[in-house]
Amino acid sequence: MDFELLLVILIDGLVYSSYLFLVAVGLTVIFGVQKVLNVTHGAFYAFGAYLTAFLIGLAANGGWPDSAGFLIILVSAIFLGIVLGVIIERGLLKFLYDRDEHIVVLATFAAFLVLEDAILLIWGTDPYLAFQPLALLGNSEIAGLIFDNYALTMIALSFVIAFVLWYGLNRTQFGKVLLAVIFDREVSMAMGINVTKVFLITFIIGTFLGALGGAYHAPIISVQPGIGVEVIVLAFAVVVIGGMGSIPGALIGAIVVGISRAAAVHILPEVELFVIYTIMALVLIIRPEGLFAPIKARKI
Amino acid sequence: MTRLMDKTFWGLTLGLVALFALNFFLEEWMRTIGLQSLSRGLVAIGLLILWRAGLVSFGHALFFGFGAYTVAMLQIAGVRDIFLLMIGGIFTAGMLAFLLGFLLRQYRAIFFALLNMAFSMILYGVLAKIESLGSTDGIGIERATFLGIQPGDDNYRFVLFIFAIGFAYISAVCAHWYLKSTLGMMTMAVRENEIRVEYLGYSAEKAIHSKYIISGLLAGAGGVIMAVTVGHVDPDSMVYWPVSGDFVFITILAGTGNVSATFIGALVYELLRTYAFEFAPEIWQLILGGSLLLIIMFLPDGLWSIRSEWRNRRALRAANRAQATTGTE
Repeated sequence: MDFELLLVILIDGLVYSSYLFLVAVGLTVIFGVQKVLNVTHGAFYAFGAYLTAFLIGLAANGGWPDSAGFLIILVSAIFLGIVLGVIIERGLLKFLYDRDEHIVVLATFAAFLVLEDAILLIWGTDPYLAFQPLALLGNSEIAGLIFDNYALTMIALSFVIAFVLWYGLNRTQFGKVLLAVIFDREVSMAMGINVTKVFLITFIIGTFLGALGGAYHAPIISVQPGIGVEVIVLAFAVVVIGGMGSIPGALIGAIVVGISRAAAVHILPEVELFVIYTIMALVLIIRPEGLFAPIKARKI
Repeated sequence: MTRLMDKTFWGLTLGLVALFALNFFLEEWMRTIGLQSLSRGLVAIGLLILWRAGLVSFGHALFFGFGAYTVAMLQIAGVRDIFLLMIGGIFTAGMLAFLLGFLLRQYRAIFFALLNMAFSMILYGVLAKIESLGSTDGIGIERATFLGIQPGDDNYRFVLFIFAIGFAYISAVCAHWYLKSTLGMMTMAVRENEIRVEYLGYSAEKAIHSKYIISGLLAGAGGVIMAVTVGHVDPDSMVYWPVSGDFVFITILAGTGNVSATFIGALVYELLRTYAFEFAPEIWQLILGGSLLLIIMFLPDGLWSIRSEWRNRRALRAANRAQATTGTE
């Protein structure tokens, strides 16, 4: 295998990994704190992509500079994080925390179906393109190969998000509270922590991250119906591989999946579609709790 | 034998007779809805058996799709008789469930659900790449023959419906009897406390394995019926993950109280889907998702709980009346 191919696989893989990480990290945050496997996450992603693509299109027609796209990405993700996060957490999940975990997954699946159609009602079935931020940053050449700079910034964004989350969780007051809630919900309630508020804030953060994933991808994909369905299973795979609820796990899971998919695409394209799920199955077989989650004692 | 001939058995038999009679008067599209309900209902019975053991699979489209694609492969090999197709579909899906069962029986809760999903997505990826089976476009299924006889154009559905009703009846009765047997009753015991089951001398893993195989067989049969009904199989409508989600939806809708409720649940689902698609094509998923949410919120034990609720109320009223009369005496 020559060096050039290796480099392509590495860079392509890292770009794809950062894509996966952006999508999966919100899912893992919500699972880690609330123990909810949130299928609605796919719709958050789709909402983020649609709103951003729509607004970037408007801005371009209104004669705004192309760089406004980055502001739009951030603002729409924050907006969606708050609006959708509050609606889903307060309007749905609040009533289900004491129910069977499968029921909760199914409820989020139902909410996902509802939101998918809401997207179609708002934006219709035509694809949206928002290439302005992509065009603005141009290309760069690495070892004779051309890469989009925009895709490369995604890698940086992933590391920034990973660092912010790590810092927030381990070095701030809210992070300490969060860890207490993760460790034991009832005891932290007894200690005077407002768990309801913690849950709501976590869910808003998770939703924001999902929407940000979609928003940041909007310029490099064709925003069309069905993107949410595809993304959510990928995010599941990443989260399962890394260990559900673990942020470093999501990072490692994304890198493992991203690189192996890139390798498959360049070396053995036939297996591209299922290499990810094969890894997921293997990890579940060998280490069901994921590569990074601590092993828990079985409760009797 | 009186123990086996209980209310559910007679209810199912009544349903069988009623459907046979009804078949003479149904329109073609109603038969299609009926066939699809029976197909999904069969899968949901399998999920019900697993659910009673506390396990939920988000990947039973794996066996459903395996059954459906077995029909496609047998057709390529020149086999077109419905009985052979059914035996083939059940056999391959059952074998797959038997083999995967050795692995899956060690998993519980969300890991069980997700490992199933991973396997179904692997099958999806494989099928989408096999060109002789039409990759993502899928492949058409010709009309089946019945013991060598090819029904005419106008009564094909009629005959197919009779076959499906008969098959579903036998499966449902067997599933009901299974759930009443010692092995079947153990589903609940496994759900409540596995370690106690082990101490009583049973193997919880073996019990789960057998239930997993049964659910695989039923899902394979459902896939065969769906393939011959629709006349086409493709990865997106047979194996993709939302298909598995729909099966779980039906199980929740029906409730896990009784096998006969499963078919009612499947029929309600099918009607909901058909009419939502007919009258509001833009928001059919919204209607489907909305009704699922309503059921989770207000009917946590599914449609079957309406019946038990009604019974409880009647018993309560009777008790109150009895109390009132004793009070006056």
